[in-house]
Amino acid sequence: MKTATDLEVSHVLSMYRTMVRIRRFEEETEVCRKDGRIVGSAHLSIGQEAVPTGVCANLTISDKITSTHRGHGHTIAKGCDVTAMMCELFAREGGTSQGKGGSMHIADFSVGMLGANGVVAAGVPIAVGAAQGLKLNKKTDLVVCFFGDGAINRGPFFEGLNWAKIYELPVLFVCEDNRYAAYTRTSSVTAGAGAAARAEGIGVPASSVDGNDLIAVSRLVIELVKKIRRGEGPQFLHAQTYRIKGHTVSDGASYRSEEEVAEASSLDPIIRCGSYLVDAGISQEDLDSIWIEESKRIEKAVDTATNAPWPPPEIAYADVQDIGAQRWQS
Amino acid sequence: MAILSFSEAARDALREEMRRDSSIWALGEDLGQGGIFAQYSGLAEEFGSERIVDTPISEATIMGAAVGAAIVGTRPVVEMRFSDFALCAVDELVNQAAKARYMFGGQCRVPLVARQPIGIEGSHAAQHSQSLEAWWVHIPGLVVVAPATPSDNKGLLKSAIRCDDPVVYLEHKGLWGLEGEVSDEEDWIVPLGVARVAREGADITIVTWSSMVQVAESAADLVAANGISVEIIDLRTLWPWDEEKVCESIEKTGHVLIVHEAVQVAGFGAEVFATIVERVGNSLKHPPRRMGGPRIPVPYSPPLEELCTISSRQIAEAIKSLLYPNVSPRN
Repeated sequence: MKTATDLEVSHVLSMYRTMVRIRRFEEETEVCRKDGRIVGSAHLSIGQEAVPTGVCANLTISDKITSTHRGHGHTIAKGCDVTAMMCELFAREGGTSQGKGGSMHIADFSVGMLGANGVVAAGVPIAVGAAQGLKLNKKTDLVVCFFGDGAINRGPFFEGLNWAKIYELPVLFVCEDNRYAAYTRTSSVTAGAGAAARAEGIGVPASSVDGNDLIAVSRLVIELVKKIRRGEGPQFLHAQTYRIKGHTVSDGASYRSEEEVAEASSLDPIIRCGSYLVDAGISQEDLDSIWIEESKRIEKAVDTATNAPWPPPEIAYADVQDIGAQRWQS
Repeated sequence: MAILSFSEAARDALREEMRRDSSIWALGEDLGQGGIFAQYSGLAEEFGSERIVDTPISEATIMGAAVGAAIVGTRPVVEMRFSDFALCAVDELVNQAAKARYMFGGQCRVPLVARQPIGIEGSHAAQHSQSLEAWWVHIPGLVVVAPATPSDNKGLLKSAIRCDDPVVYLEHKGLWGLEGEVSDEEDWIVPLGVARVAREGADITIVTWSSMVQVAESAADLVAANGISVEIIDLRTLWPWDEEKVCESIEKTGHVLIVHEAVQVAGFGAEVFATIVERVGNSLKHPPRRMGGPRIPVPYSPPLEELCTISSRQIAEAIKSLLYPNVSPRN
């Protein structure tokens, strides 16, 4: 039996709640996307919740993150309000981007979430630049750069890692390896020994972890964050996980076998964390009540979003630019 | 006032702004050595390697890092070396810098300046000679600036650095050595979006920018001998451009010729042309005309390269044929 010697049980319990919140948010996202209430594309991270949770739970609120098209988990884990997020997915007033961004452009600068991104690997240069800017402004915050295994085949990945290392920037690169680059098995299009080896090749120290083991992710992140805060430069975390759902809600993912999905599902990070907590003395009732509370929270978010008004047309013309912006004319 | 080159004027602008605001910094290849056109000379010595940052040849990350640094509260000045190389950073400029504020519902600003040396100069050939202002003007979110004089290069660069929007700043390579009077008052700037009347005249308006301003001035001298009085409007800022000043001038002269070095097809001149027709078409005594480069990559050999440039003589001929369409050209 595992015991929480280095991680406080209350901390793990809090992370468990975050994972449940992400799961319930995305389960409802799938429902609302299929029934048409969510109007645009949504990429789910069901099965991957331990990675954003184990990372963000060990940051401060002023630390920054950059995210991806599959960014609900990162955003929730960093502390964004799920009602504002759901309003954004519903393209309504009250959304995090006023209904102008949607799922792929979720952001909450008030909690250090510098934005999801519709372009694979685009967050890598932004993250290293944010770290450079924070350093220039004498801030001690660090930046976590989340990206998927598909991103490691884009140029900005290589450029950004090199950049972080030569300037010894406070960046934690987190590769969430869910084994698929959209519809394609990443290993079939990736030469060499993979993400961690590429990082090591550039001189960025890399660690690998079972990304469905919240405790392992959390322990490792605590160590890596300490090193970064000591000024040791960038670190790389390769977290192996699995994308239970398709690339988008509308992707049936017929390119992989049921056995493969079933096997991956048996390693569900929330179930594993629940077992850990029960072993550590938390009652199943307590865990069940977390599910009930988080489900209510998400239901309320969906309800608010369903009833929120569409954004007024003048919003489409706002926040383009200060100089030379075209004006809304009714 | 001091006599400075176009390059020195830009260097002074950046130096003054960096002294004023410690959140301003510059990044790009070889900046520690003054930049390839000496437009950063002496700055690394004054501000150190953390604020004049020598980067790897990683255009995407130079621009992308600037976006990241801008959204956390600094004001980066990006050097792209040649505008042609900015094409390696189009995602970062177009999809990230220009859209972050909008996509995130106004949660951030992206106050960066992307300096891009443009234009045909000294057999740089197809990948080092382009003027792509039309690309950037087309992108919502970007401000686009193209100075023509040392004075404007100082005053506009200062304004661009102070602007909270991402600014594409186009410096023509043929202008680096151009000398002129420049204000040395630190608070002196040239506002964005305001055109300059480079020459007053009565018979025809030439709308132009960047290196073509000087060529247009020579053309105006040539046709002055024929008794033609040319007004030259140097747009200076291409987005937003000073429609009012252009329209006022056309209402006075009744004729307009638009001149730019960039490829004429789908060039920014087409936008200016269309706007003029829509707004003051009734004031025109003859149809407007535009002159731009041929739609061929810029060739290396000088006699071939010259086919892509517009001379003062060609402009002078165009002025005469526009004003007197029924007179066959002589000389």
